[in-house]
Order: sequence, then C-alpha cells, then structure tokens
Amino acid sequence: MKTYDLSELALRNLRESSLRNSLTTIGISVGVASLVAMLSLGIGLQKLATRHLAKSGLFDTVVVTSRRELRGFNRDDERSTASAAESRTLDEPARQEIERLPDVLEAYPDIRFITELSYQNKTHLTMVSGIPDSARSNDAFTGIPGSFFSSETAPEVILQKSFALELLGKTPPPGHEDDVPVRELAKPLLGQELVMRYAQRVSAPESAGEDTPAKSGASTVSESDAAYSVISREQKLKIVGISDLDPDSMRGAARARVFLPLKLAQDLRVMQPSDVRDSMRGFSKQPSYSTVSVRVRNPKNVEAVEQAIKKLGFNTFSILDATRSLRQFFAVLDLFLGIFGSLALAVASIGIVNTLVMAILERRREIGIMKAIGASDGDVKKLFFAEAGAMGLLGGVVGVALGWAIGHIINLGTNIYLKRQALPPESFWSVPWWLVGAAIVFAFIVSLVSGLYPAARAARLDPVQALRYE
Amino acid sequence: MTINPDQSNSPNGAPAIRMVDLCRHYQMGEALIRAVDGVSLQIQPGEFVALLGSSGSGKSSLLNLIAGLDRPTSGAVIVEDRDLAHLSREELAKHRLRTVGMVFQSFNLVSRMTLAENVELPLRFAEVDRRQRQSLTRQALERVGLGARMTHRPSELSGGEQQRAALARALINHPRLLLADEPTGNLDSHTGTEIMNFIREFNQSLGMTIVMVTHERALAERYARRMILLADGKLVDDRPNNDRPHEDQPNPAAVTASRQRERR
Repeated sequence: MKTYDLSELALRNLRESSLRNSLTTIGISVGVASLVAMLSLGIGLQKLATRHLAKSGLFDTVVVTSRRELRGFNRDDERSTASAAESRTLDEPARQEIERLPDVLEAYPDIRFITELSYQNKTHLTMVSGIPDSARSNDAFTGIPGSFFSSETAPEVILQKSFALELLGKTPPPGHEDDVPVRELAKPLLGQELVMRYAQRVSAPESAGEDTPAKSGASTVSESDAAYSVISREQKLKIVGISDLDPDSMRGAARARVFLPLKLAQDLRVMQPSDVRDSMRGFSKQPSYSTVSVRVRNPKNVEAVEQAIKKLGFNTFSILDATRSLRQFFAVLDLFLGIFGSLALAVASIGIVNTLVMAILERRREIGIMKAIGASDGDVKKLFFAEAGAMGLLGGVVGVALGWAIGHIINLGTNIYLKRQALPPESFWSVPWWLVGAAIVFAFIVSLVSGLYPAARAARLDPVQALRYE
Repeated sequence: MTINPDQSNSPNGAPAIRMVDLCRHYQMGEALIRAVDGVSLQIQPGEFVALLGSSGSGKSSLLNLIAGLDRPTSGAVIVEDRDLAHLSREELAKHRLRTVGMVFQSFNLVSRMTLAENVELPLRFAEVDRRQRQSLTRQALERVGLGARMTHRPSELSGGEQQRAALARALINHPRLLLADEPTGNLDSHTGTEIMNFIREFNQSLGMTIVMVTHERALAERYARRMILLADGKLVDDRPNNDRPHEDQPNPAAVTASRQRERR
C-alpha cells in the first residue's frame, strides 16, 4: 500500500473509535508533557544557575599575575617564577595587549591594599579593592540596598556585609552572619562618611635622577627610574551601598570587604606591595600591577584565553574546573528528570499497546476481510503501525504544547510566590527548540515500538479463522 | 500467430484450477478433522462449477484452498499454473488480490466504511493511482446498480444491495476467477436470483471462471454447468449439468478476452 493511502486509512480508522483513540492519545500527551516539563525545568534551572554564575564573575574571570610574583597560584608555576629575566612586567601595555586578545571582554588591574578606615573615630583595618564599572551587573551589586557608584571616580564605597557589621559593632558569631538582614544594616550606614588613610606613591621629580652623580652607567639609570616617595594621605568616602554577597570570595584570605570605583583607586596611586619589590629589581618607572583580572566573553572560552595569556608570558588562574563539575551536576539532574518524565511516557505506551490489541480483537473480522480481498501481512502490519505512529505523533505535538503550558503556569506561580517574598522574578523555565523536536520524535518512536507487537499480531491473524468468527 | 501454451486461451487448454490429492486436515483437540480429504479434479477456464454438499462436507474449506486463504496439509492446488501450496504468504496475498475475487454468504463488507471505500479497498492494496481508483470504483458500483449508494454504509443497505457491493468489490481488480461461498444463503429468493444473474453474466460476458459453493441443489442446477458433490471431504460425484439450457454456455470469445485481461 502506498504511504499516503496508508496514512489516510490509518487516520480514518482512528476517527472511527474516536473516544478510545483520543484517550490513548491524551495518555501519550500527558507522558510527553511530563517529559517536557521535567526536562525544561532542568534546563531552565541550569540556565538560571549559569546566568547567576556568569554574573558573579567567578566563572568568566581569569586572574593574571606576572611570573615575577613570588608565589604563583599553582605549584607548577614556581619553577618559572625563579627566572625573572624571561618574564614580563604586568604593566599598562601588557594589560592593553591582553585586552586585545579574542574573546576578552575587558582586562582591568586588580588594585587592592590593606588600609585603615575610620568611622565615628574608630579605626578598622581591612582589604580595599577597586572594582570596574562593569561589575555593576554583578549579582553582588544588583538589588543591594543603596546603589552602585555614581561615577567611575566618585569618592564612594560599597561595603561587604561583614564589614558593615563590624562598623556597627554587631559582629555575630561565625556561622550566624545571615541572621541579620542586610537592609537593617543599610539604614544607619548609607550616606555616612568613612575616612581612609593610605600610602600614596609619588614619583620622584625628574631632576632627582639627573642630579645623582653617575658612578657606573647602568645601575645609575635603574636607580633613578625606580625612585619615588611615599606620602600618607587621607580620603573621605561616602557609603553608597552594602552588598550581601561576598563578590571577592575567590581570593580567600586576601578578599576585600570594602570596594572603591576602580578609576578612583587607580588615581589615588596607592602604594602596592609589588612596588617595593619592583623598586628593588629596578625595572621600570611605570607602576606595574600585581594582578590583572580578565573577563572572558563566555565561560566556554576561559581555557583558550588562559592559554593565550600564558603564551604572552604570564601566570593565570581560573575556576574552570568548578564549572566543569557544575555542568556534570546538571547533566545528571537532567538525566534523572528525563527518566521520571519518561516513566509517564512508558505508561502511555502501554496504553497504546492496549488500545491496539483491543482494536485487533474488535477488528478481527475486518482484518480477515482485508486479507481475503488481497491485503498482504505487510499491509495489515503497516496499517496498525501507522495508527500507532499517528497517535504518537499527535500525542507528541499536543504533549509538547501541554508541557509548555504546565511549565508556564509553574513559572508564573513561582514568580507570584517570589514577589510575595519580595524577591526579584526569575525564569526557571526553558523549552529549547531541540527539546520540542526531540520530544515529538521520541513520542513517535515510542508509539511505533508499542505498535510492534499489536501490528505483528494483526498480520499473523489467520483470515479463515477471522472470517468464521462472528 | 503462435500461442504460448501457458497462456492458452481455449477452455480446453491448461486448466484454470487443478487439484491433485488435495488434503486439509485440522487437529481439533483429540480429533483429526479431515475437511478436505484427497480431492483431485480440474476446472477449465470459463467453467461455472457448483460445489455441492451438506454442511461440514468440506466445500467451503476447498474454496478457501483455491482462494489461497488456507494452505493444504498435503497435495497440490494449482491455480493458473501456480501451486498455491508452495507460494509464500506474500505471494498468496497477491494471488487473492489479482487472481481471485471472493463473495461470501455474510457479504463481509467492512461495516465502518462506505460502499465506495469498501469497493476501493482492493485497489488500495494493488497500489492503483488515487484518481483512477475513484473512476474504477464508480464504474464497478454502477455496473451492479449501486451508483447512487456510494456514500452509504453497509448497514444502511438491504442484503441484496450489500451482496451486489461485494460483487463489485470482487470484480474491481479484474480477476479471472470468482469464488462464491453461498452467495445467496442470506438472501430471499428474489434477490438471490438477482445476484445469481449477475454472476452468470460475469461468467458469460467476461468469461470468468466461477466456483460457487452451495447446498441448494436447485440453485446449482439452474445456473452451474458442472456440479461437484462433496461428502466428508471427499469428492463423491462430478458431472455436467445437462439440465441447463444450451444457450447458457459461456461465449468462447469472452473467455479469451478474460484470459488476455488477466495477463496484463
């Protein structure tokens, strides 16, 4: 029988006992819907997690250090640390070069220093770090009480929650930091002023170098280039925001708890620990950076960018491995959600077998007639197969629509809940096109497999027996 | 003009049906039912044969063997030079589709299809083009006087009309052989005569070979040219029907035409 005739006949047969066939089709739809709902929830959660992680800057950041640094992040780097001669200085031209690499979004110097901050005549010692304007979209700084810096050079600070607690003298015992809502801390602190005392590095006047009497050529030059003075300064800073999260947690013990606009931190020309070392080595008059943070366009590119930077002669560090295990976790989650979703489809496929076996019993005579007037075993088999396939295809299409709707409703409900909890709305739901296609194809294949036994049974039917049967 | 012996167009050439020691036995629990038990006979192209016998005599079983619906336990049933005992299931289906047309006592129309769909069904299996199918179906139904009933379902028709539709379906693929199993068994005498007249017409004008199973001797004597009597699966009598008027003999030209049609 021709395919077109076959499908026409199959659809016609399905319409005949429409109640039973539509119930079976609904069964498949529910199965497909649960599969789609489960998987799209998994995919949605994964997207949500990666979106947040991408915003956190943890997974798309490569930290670059000079090989001249005393300690690399990895033990393997220690060998190259020794050979200072072949390593490069991590200075402004190097930063610009890194920024020009493909897939690099930005490369900014990591300026951090330990300093004293006074608040209401009490002095607190902490690590201060400059953060770029792009951190505006970082999870740690969105939705915080207060605001992000008004400009790149504004004399403003954002405090990490633990430092805010310290300023207010409310330091809770370890492990109970979350007990105090950040909004409560913000009330007394926002708009207040801090005074930061720091050491400014001021280049020695040009004449100083010239005046130095020449003793032996080369050493004289390096001495004069590295000369600078250190002046104690104070800077008033306004508290504009308090961050609940710990955006600098990747640094461990060196993490900063007070954040300045990066441009401001640069302009302050705060003495960096590397300055002393560099002046001993006498490399350049240009200030060098101890570390440069590189933001990569996509976490996928981190490894390639790391390799490229290593080729330039620097050490790099990223938490790429962490993303790998995260992806693994979601693959397992998706698998489990998929298995649970498939269970419903498996039940539905038993429904198909049942419907078709019933149809064979009911249509015994019809099958006998068809065989008597010349239908081959193959024709009968294909007809039942086509009926199973049609139910599967229809069930798949309806099921995808149903699954999509269920997901939408869950998402809507969750967001209403989130709104009540005064949390920003989130999308947990993602139905990619491949899932739509795969779900329909899967339903189709499952139905065909379910049709195997009934179709074979119908084809084997003895026409003489079938026609005798009344 | 040479004639291929395989394609003999003479009623006296190769037989349309030949049975050699044909047996069909069933195992029914402990008992062995010998439905057909060592039947040997030949039926020539264009013959109108009645298979007579009481119920359980094996006449329907014999018809099913000729139709290729059943396989013999032993012996040979050769239809159009092919031994059905050795055909594959696929080839048997093709035999039922192309070589034979069947009508039954209970009409056996598919109840959920319209008359047109029923008649069209063999054409679907024969993979005939859709447009051609429609015109062939219409022609076949018009021929049996059901042109106005094409969209009706079998349950909306009388027994005679249903059997006419079954005849139209049996003839749609132009078979050379019409096998009729008690075609008038469920009909009153008037409509029965109507059906038998159609069958006789197919025999005479189309030259079709007819094998009709019946238990009504009168019906057999009125229409068949040869009467074969079965009892307990065995052939007990085989004789020409001399009572039948001479002008009822099939037209040899029609038999030739039928044989040529079938070779397409």
